[in-house]
Amino acid sequence: MSFTTSSTSVLAVLALTAGAAAARDNVQVAGSSTVLPYASIVAEAFGENFDFPTPVVESGGSSAGLKRFCEGVGENTIDIANASRQIRDREIKACADNGVTDIIEVRIGYDGIVFASQKSGPGFTAFEAADLFNALSPKVVIDGALVDNPYTKWSDFNADLPAVEIAAFIPGTKHGTREVFEEKVLVEGCKDTGAYDMLLAMAEGDDDKAKKKAAKKACYAVRTDGKSVDIDGDYTETLARIDSNSDGIGVFGLAFYENNTDTLKVATMGAVEPTTESIASGEYPVSRPLFFYIKQAHLGVIPGLKEFAEFFVSDEIAGPDGPLAEYGLVSDPALESTQEIVLDEITMGSGS
Amino acid sequence: MSDVMSNPGRGLQTQDARARRRHRAEVRFRAYGVMAIATGLILLVILLGTIVSNGTGAFRQAFVEIDVYLDPAKLDKKGNRDIADIKKVSTFGYAPLAQQALLAEIEARGIETPLRKAKEMKNLLSSSAAAQMRDLVIAQPEMIGQTVSFRLLASSRVDGYLKGRVMRENIAKDKNISVEQLDLTDALIQAGVITSGFNMAFITGSDASESRPEQAGIGVSMLGSLFMMVVVLVLSLPIGVAASIYLEEFAPKNRLTDLIEVNISNLAAVPSIVFGILGLAVFIQFAHLPQSAPLVGGLVLTLMTLPTVIISTRAALKAVPPSIRDAALGVGASKMQSVFHHVLPLAMPGILTGTILGLAQALGETAPLLLIGMVGYVATNYPGGLASGFLDPNSAMPAQIYEWAKRADPAFYERAWGGIMILLAFLLMMNIIAILLRRRFERRW
Repeated sequence: MSFTTSSTSVLAVLALTAGAAAARDNVQVAGSSTVLPYASIVAEAFGENFDFPTPVVESGGSSAGLKRFCEGVGENTIDIANASRQIRDREIKACADNGVTDIIEVRIGYDGIVFASQKSGPGFTAFEAADLFNALSPKVVIDGALVDNPYTKWSDFNADLPAVEIAAFIPGTKHGTREVFEEKVLVEGCKDTGAYDMLLAMAEGDDDKAKKKAAKKACYAVRTDGKSVDIDGDYTETLARIDSNSDGIGVFGLAFYENNTDTLKVATMGAVEPTTESIASGEYPVSRPLFFYIKQAHLGVIPGLKEFAEFFVSDEIAGPDGPLAEYGLVSDPALESTQEIVLDEITMGSGS
Repeated sequence: MSDVMSNPGRGLQTQDARARRRHRAEVRFRAYGVMAIATGLILLVILLGTIVSNGTGAFRQAFVEIDVYLDPAKLDKKGNRDIADIKKVSTFGYAPLAQQALLAEIEARGIETPLRKAKEMKNLLSSSAAAQMRDLVIAQPEMIGQTVSFRLLASSRVDGYLKGRVMRENIAKDKNISVEQLDLTDALIQAGVITSGFNMAFITGSDASESRPEQAGIGVSMLGSLFMMVVVLVLSLPIGVAASIYLEEFAPKNRLTDLIEVNISNLAAVPSIVFGILGLAVFIQFAHLPQSAPLVGGLVLTLMTLPTVIISTRAALKAVPPSIRDAALGVGASKMQSVFHHVLPLAMPGILTGTILGLAQALGETAPLLLIGMVGYVATNYPGGLASGFLDPNSAMPAQIYEWAKRADPAFYERAWGGIMILLAFLLMMNIIAILLRRRFERRW
């Protein structure tokens, strides 16, 4: 009943920690919350079908996952990082600084990004990238001049769209989805409306490349007058916002939409409806690849790691009829070459 | 005196204007009080009603009862019953067997349906069915070639249809269920193939991946919470009691102890997220304890609970009358003897009550767990033993509820409400224990 007892118990517990860290028999995965459902489906099936223990899957976001991945090599670091975007040069360098040099990049498939609204609300059935740019950008082109965005209703710039207040719920800047939204929707719309050329003409920079970069960056901007709302939480939060605002339109992942077709109505983009087929064929423009990264140094050290990676990209899991595609992943047409990469442990930058 | 006599309106029996005004004010004030309590009660009823109406569904689950022929041609192609060969057949090889068995059941019972292919049965069965069958075959390979009756989980869509969550008018675009399959479900319910029963697996089971909400349970995260509570109890009770005994009975009253006292009171009011970020910095980044481990969660919650325990212990010690101490000292007991033999036993009910309430608070805490990685973790593994219970990554009950609430499939939402009911049951139990302890042992002087 004193400090001695409790401090001894703390010490004992700490000693246990050291003992347990020495032997790890399960695969540890962390990273993107978009990849989490897929990774957990695979982990579950892996645990059922192999004698290895079920891999431990955590979320935390692509950047957080890659940061932990790059902490070093050893049993107290994770084996696989999930990412909803490609690893950045900066992160590869950080990895190398900590001794993580051989990284295997595995593309598991594609994820579509869809625009959906309340099922009983007005029909936002046909979008073009230009419409979203006009609705969300702080500066738009009117009569050949770049002016502050005056639009308050969708019908103000496209008579085909309903005459309701603009209310868009887009992913916050910490999400990987935001990057895709900027690249594939805002920049496209920026170019289509002609705003890009004007921004390029105004852009400051030493050379063409810097100017283009600045102009693109200007296209990423969204208006700050409350018509566009950044959602920093996940899709459930966006869904709650759409539920309470019949005129609202939100950005979702295809898998999330497909699981909530009873409350959501999807909008087409460039007259193409988002489905696994239209995304796989590239017809539906707003999609992104999903990845996971493996530490080569851990292959052969952590039991089951290679088997897990092979199982993840096998035809029966990641193929078009597998459970991942069923959940909403758009399977990769080039899955075979991905399987080879895993089988032969081909690391990034090894030239093949 | 004469004034009163000459003014009969101001007697004690009759009220003048001012007395009436005061009387009315009092009546109004009482009405406000009743209204406040009524509002609180109504809100409580609404809250509990919502929780119960949303959550009871999680405790019921639809099952499909069918006889499955474990086809040796599929499960043991070589026919030598070698366990290594049998293990090579993955769950993907088992799934068609269950689908065919269901189709055969439908034909045997003469149920009319336009669905004639085994593949079309897939949406009725949970994908866990294949694993359930494979586990049995691997445990008892001699079962191959026999017809075994199974009680398989129905898919979450069928389950939702039974509970009224999935409606016919909303499934036009749902690729996980079709109207024909719902018609078939109706017929199968009639025939007694699909039944609904109590869902024990929800209380004892582990979390499942997002493709099978029907399999998800709160059992593993319950164990995570339990291990955390053990850490909290083992650390906060001795440290808290030792600190308060010293401060209350031995410490000199000076500026330093005053400062400590003020700080303890302030710590009790610090938002819990602050302890979470402290835990991240100290336990995980500095001491390199494992992420998502109940040990770290317990340490963080200990920091949060300690002030509560210290404050309630000191209050309990203060409530013991000084005459007891004086009597003990008077017959020659040392200061320490008087504390441990007389004061502490008398203060124990108060100390335990405070500790249990502190534990209850810690049990429901989510915010600090966000930062040490216990949220966003898929708790599918049962801890293998005592050490792994403390050190292996796990979730906790409130973290599991949060995790379910944000998953895409609406079936998980129902589980989240069910989880809230279990968590509330635990809190209620702990509070009742605290009340009983107080009732049973409390002494008044």
